[in-house]
Order: sequence, then C-alpha cells, then structure tokens
Amino acid sequence: MTKFGIPQFPGSCDETDTLLACARVGEAELLWHKDKDLKGVDVVVIPGGFSYGDYLRVGAIPPFSPVMQAVAEHAADGGLVLGICNGFQVLTEAGLLPGALLPNVNLSFTCRQVDLIVENVETPFTHECVPTERLSIPAKHTTGRYFAPTEMLNAMEAEGQVLLRYAQGHNFNGSTNDIAGVCNEQRNVFGLMPHPEHAVDPLTGSDDGLKLFASLASAAPMALATGDAT
Amino acid sequence: MAVKATVLIRPKEGILDPQGEAVENALPALGFSGVSHVHVGRLVELEIEDDSQLESMCEKLLANPLIEDYEIVQSPIKA
Repeated sequence: MTKFGIPQFPGSCDETDTLLACARVGEAELLWHKDKDLKGVDVVVIPGGFSYGDYLRVGAIPPFSPVMQAVAEHAADGGLVLGICNGFQVLTEAGLLPGALLPNVNLSFTCRQVDLIVENVETPFTHECVPTERLSIPAKHTTGRYFAPTEMLNAMEAEGQVLLRYAQGHNFNGSTNDIAGVCNEQRNVFGLMPHPEHAVDPLTGSDDGLKLFASLASAAPMALATGDAT
Repeated sequence: MAVKATVLIRPKEGILDPQGEAVENALPALGFSGVSHVHVGRLVELEIEDDSQLESMCEKLLANPLIEDYEIVQSPIKA
C-alpha cells in the first residue's frame, strides 16, 4: 500500500484534511519540519497553510528546514512530491518547481469553488483523469498568481508541464496562461494552488480532488520500481 | 568590519504589481497629481560582520531573483 507523508511546518493548517484525503487511498502519516528523514514514505504531500508565518515571502523559509532537505533528496531520486497551495509556493521557492507565486490581481484573499481543466494525463498525478476533464475544487489564497518568465513558460508549455488550468472565467488570481498547477521536467514533482484535499467527499459538494490522490496511490509503486516517475 | 546593510527589494520591471497600482490609483483620489510608476516593495535591515556574504544572502533568501530586484545600501554602524 502506498505510504504518504505530510510534512507539517509551524503555521501549516491543511495537514489534517491532507492526511484524511491520503488515507482514503493509502497509508498516511504526518512528518515534522525538524524530521531529517521521511520515514520510508513513497509520496510526500506538502500541505497548505502559512509555513513559518509566511514571513519575508510566502514559502521562502521552509526550503532550509531539515524535512525539506530530505524532500529535495527524495525528489532527486525520482520520488513523488505534491505541493498544495502553500506547499506549491514552498516547492517553487525550493527550486523544485519552476516559476513563482505572486499576489492575486484583486489583492484580496479569495475563497471560491473553481473549475480546472486537466491538460496532461500522462503523469503520476493525473493519470486517473481523462484528457480535458473538468474538476471542481475549492481555492483559497491571497498569493496564487502563477508567474514564470516568458522563455521558461514557453519551454514548460512545450514539455507538457502545465497539468491544470483554470477554466474560462475561473482564473480569479490572474495567473499567466490560466495556470493552476505545474510539474517539473522529470514529472515527479507537482504543485497546484487549488485544494484537492478539500474535495474528496460528495458531502462537501465535490469529490473530484480524489482523482489526484488516487493517481498518486497507483503511480507510486511504478515510480519506485523504475526510479522513473513517468 | 561590521556594517549595517539595508536591502531594498522591488518587484522586477515588467511584472504586474497590483500593490503599486492600487497606491498609484489612490493618490489622485486624495488630490495628489502627476504620480506615476509606483511600486511597492520590501526593506530588510541587518548588521553583518562580513559584508562579502550579502549578495549570496540576497540570492538565496532575502529576494527571489525570478520576480524581484534588490539593491544593497551599506552604512557604518554608529557607536
């Protein structure tokens, strides 16, 4: 059974929902920011929140924590890493994902259900989806405007690294190219601003987020066996 | 020699700066005219023993070079 590890930083606030979402498809446990090893987990999911208070810049400080040093090694070895919201910000600051997250164009904290279009299903994060599938997932953030310099952006688009886009009319934060989630070149690290862990039960209006966790659960053994996440 | 450093961090030119725009739009509403190119950034002050580390600190943590420019202003520490 796939083992998920969820690093908790001072200021994380979505770790419990993330833990429960992962527990629906595998085993899940919390990791602490001072942990130096990942306790043998197959998949790391960095939760949303305000790591270390988001002082200085969102996600800027966690890359220097012991647990993130271990996550960087896990990623370098082909291990799977998912970052949600603040987790996405942390992964860009750590240099594990390209680009950066900037303040929303409306300068407001915004919480709303958004529709996302799945752009690429040939990844460990999305292979349980069908091409151009529409997912309904909540988003809640102040700093979620995805940005990458033009050259970097063109390369990412050409390589199929944009996995999720906001559907027309749903890009409230002003992200470049309507980007909601991107992966790295090796396709074993993925980050997105909306919160799939808050959409895993029909009781909350949508369980579309479960597809991403289910994809990870079935992809992890393959990634481990081959050392190649694709 | 120990110095005091002030690091001025600004959004890079060409990147949409909604904070700056909000301020720029608010100023005429208060009767201030002829204001343009408003940008809102951050300031980090620190005292440091060895100023050769300053650039590296800025690149690694204080600024994100992908989206921000920084400028270092040094001054002696007053006794």
